[in-house]
Amino acid sequence: MAKGSKKINWNSIMEKSVRSEMKIVEEPKKPIAMHPKKFAMWLFMASVMMLFASLTSAYIVRQAEGNWLYFELPLLFYYTTAIIAVSSVTMQVAYFAAKKDNTGVVKIMVLITSVLGVLFLIGQVKGWGEMARQGVHFVGNPSGSFVIAISFVHGLHIISAVVFLLIVLNSAIRLRIHSKNMAQMEMCTTYWHFLGALWIYLFIFFLINR
Amino acid sequence: MATIDIHVHTEVHHHDDHEEHDHHGNFWTSYIFCQDHKVIAKQFLITGMAWALIGGVLSVIFRLQLGFPDAKLEWLRPLLGGWLTSDGKIDPEFYLALVTMHGTIMVFFVLTAGLSGTFSNFLIPLQVGARDMASGFMNMLSYWFFFLSSAVMFTSLFISTGPAGGGWTVYPPLSALPQAVQGSGLGMTLWLVSMALFIVSTLLGGINYITTIINMRTQGMSFTRLPLTIWAFFFTAIIGLLSFPVLFGAALLLIFDRSFGTSFYLSDIYIAGEALPHVGGSPILFQHLFWFLGHPEVYIVLLPALGITSEIIATNSRKPIFGYKAMVGSMLFITILSFVVWAHHMFVTGMNPFLGSIFTLLTLIIAVPSAVKIFNYVTTLWKGNIKFTSAMMFSIGLVSFFLTGGITGLFLGNSAVDIQLHDTYFVVAHFHLVMGSASFFGMIAGIYHWFPKMFGRMMDERLGSIHFWMTFVGVYLVFFPMHYIGIAGFPRRYYSWTNFETFSSFADLNMLVSIAAIVTLSAQFIFLFNFFYSIFRGRLASANPWDSNTIEWTTPRHPKHGNWPGDIPTVYRWPYDYSKPGAKEDYIPQTIPYSETPESNLPHENELIKLEMGNTGAIVIDEKKH
Repeated sequence: MAKGSKKINWNSIMEKSVRSEMKIVEEPKKPIAMHPKKFAMWLFMASVMMLFASLTSAYIVRQAEGNWLYFELPLLFYYTTAIIAVSSVTMQVAYFAAKKDNTGVVKIMVLITSVLGVLFLIGQVKGWGEMARQGVHFVGNPSGSFVIAISFVHGLHIISAVVFLLIVLNSAIRLRIHSKNMAQMEMCTTYWHFLGALWIYLFIFFLINR
Repeated sequence: MATIDIHVHTEVHHHDDHEEHDHHGNFWTSYIFCQDHKVIAKQFLITGMAWALIGGVLSVIFRLQLGFPDAKLEWLRPLLGGWLTSDGKIDPEFYLALVTMHGTIMVFFVLTAGLSGTFSNFLIPLQVGARDMASGFMNMLSYWFFFLSSAVMFTSLFISTGPAGGGWTVYPPLSALPQAVQGSGLGMTLWLVSMALFIVSTLLGGINYITTIINMRTQGMSFTRLPLTIWAFFFTAIIGLLSFPVLFGAALLLIFDRSFGTSFYLSDIYIAGEALPHVGGSPILFQHLFWFLGHPEVYIVLLPALGITSEIIATNSRKPIFGYKAMVGSMLFITILSFVVWAHHMFVTGMNPFLGSIFTLLTLIIAVPSAVKIFNYVTTLWKGNIKFTSAMMFSIGLVSFFLTGGITGLFLGNSAVDIQLHDTYFVVAHFHLVMGSASFFGMIAGIYHWFPKMFGRMMDERLGSIHFWMTFVGVYLVFFPMHYIGIAGFPRRYYSWTNFETFSSFADLNMLVSIAAIVTLSAQFIFLFNFFYSIFRGRLASANPWDSNTIEWTTPRHPKHGNWPGDIPTVYRWPYDYSKPGAKEDYIPQTIPYSETPESNLPHENELIKLEMGNTGAIVIDEKKH
């Protein structure tokens, strides 16, 4: 263990001496270190995951107690699930384009992704309306309240991700996103995929546990 | 001692007291919206201390009621105003609010934000060798979310219906229905808003702590060379990151129930013969969600204190910590176990007895890593060259409380015994010793120990000693009798027992507890005086007043933003080389390479010299410059 870490030091010090010749004032990089902001993003996603784990397990615990209203999930939820899946594809295309310095495609794809994100949100809200027409309201049997509350909290996260997309779009317009500067793009792509996967998990969860 | 004096002289020459002011920014960027982790740590500390004072005063007010149920408290009217009844006694609903706020303030605002916020912020960059946190901006946000949360909670103390009154665990339906008590109205709404902000603050802080520890360590600072403080903060941040979102989820559903009329937690409730519209909820669901945070929260509070004392006890025993890996391992084990024992708070909710026995088993297993830690503390002290600094005494006090309070955990963790003891003063005694007082002592010990690094001056040791003995004896006098009171069957949160003939024989014991509480609180003013006086008038501190090994003591007396003036020092060894056989002095700082200490190296350490050679030259010279 100690030996291994020593080797790592040697490398980083080599790197450092090169850097100091170039007079770059920066911390020496260490091989095990990840980009701190990217790492923080992963930690944030872990805490978001815990939030939804708690809500869905509350759903299961409550359901096991009986007195549970069965209802059909709104048809719109199937469409929004498709939208969010497609948006993940467009986001990934934008990411590949950024890697190839193809800024024009990045701008268009990020824009399409944000529009799809907004469409998803509109679809979710209309889906709640569809539930209301079935007679399932936010106030009433917890089975309906849970679906609306959980999709609402997920929607809030989608809003935050759309804001992030717009920030990325702005950076792309200012030519700040290219193959040498991918951190922001990578973080945004990861977050978007995460939220998409999260919704697909939630949707399947609702389908199975009705 | 001589070396200390020499240091003081040289330091005084090189660093005048105003150097902090001349380098950057104005008052606002230097002290208020500052991104320097050291300033943020001090902000957390001062806010935490203010909250501790408020929480302590609240507890003395309700202890007056419990110890002297017939006393006339007219003299408190300027402070409490309408919260006194016309015959000069505390209003029963206000009593509930006092208990609730005491719990909330102490658990979240003092021992989570005040302890973790202060020492994680202050020590992580300094002890792992980083210029600042991974994101100084997020760190600043973390404090200001905490400040906002504090402001909301503080406001709730002054509204006409009073602060939240449903207990710090805010169980529905009591907390969900404004008709239940006055405090469940606006006070409860403000409580929820405040806690939501608090959770955001904790998450922002925790993400930063973990990122910094993993990604920003200096060269040579491998995980096995991390001081135990950092390990403790690391595990604490992980627990917080995983458990606070769950509280957020629980609070969110409670907000929906309160404000939007949903029925997540409410069902079949009749008030004054009228059925409420809420149907189909489950109040037990809230308890599950709450305690899934609530139990890990105990360790969020305790682990930093244990880390701080590990460091202080090793330093002041002048001995390596006994069982470094066992210490890390037991903290890891506690971290994991903390997530699978929550239902031991719910043994009497009518849960399946078989499930209860599983949770009993899991709960009792926590005794194993805890005992490992106590054993290691004692064996570190054993035959050490112990220096009884104030910090050291408070650390030993922590070990004592951790043991006394931990043993009663074995009774309470047992689902059969818990039926008798549940919600009695026995529980109050247990968690105040093991979690409250132990963590509080860890926090105080940390302040005494790192005060020289925070403010460049020393706190007064004699006052520290008086503070310690008064607090230590006081805490035992407060909480030890509570065990007997609890076994006798006194339930917690009762406003008064004067209506019960059985309980009258314990009136004198309750009086003793209340007097001890007042004395203990007044002892804290000695500390407050010592703290604020020493900031301005304390003895000047040398660079390394405790002859400690960790690298925060290699910074100048008043480190600027960036911590080290030159390069960040490289680390060559673990932080516990105290009294190493053959060494010239009884400590070898982490920055001293093995090549400089041939007299004390072990065979495998001589092997490491080869790896050090060739790359150390420049860095060693750099170090000698300051």
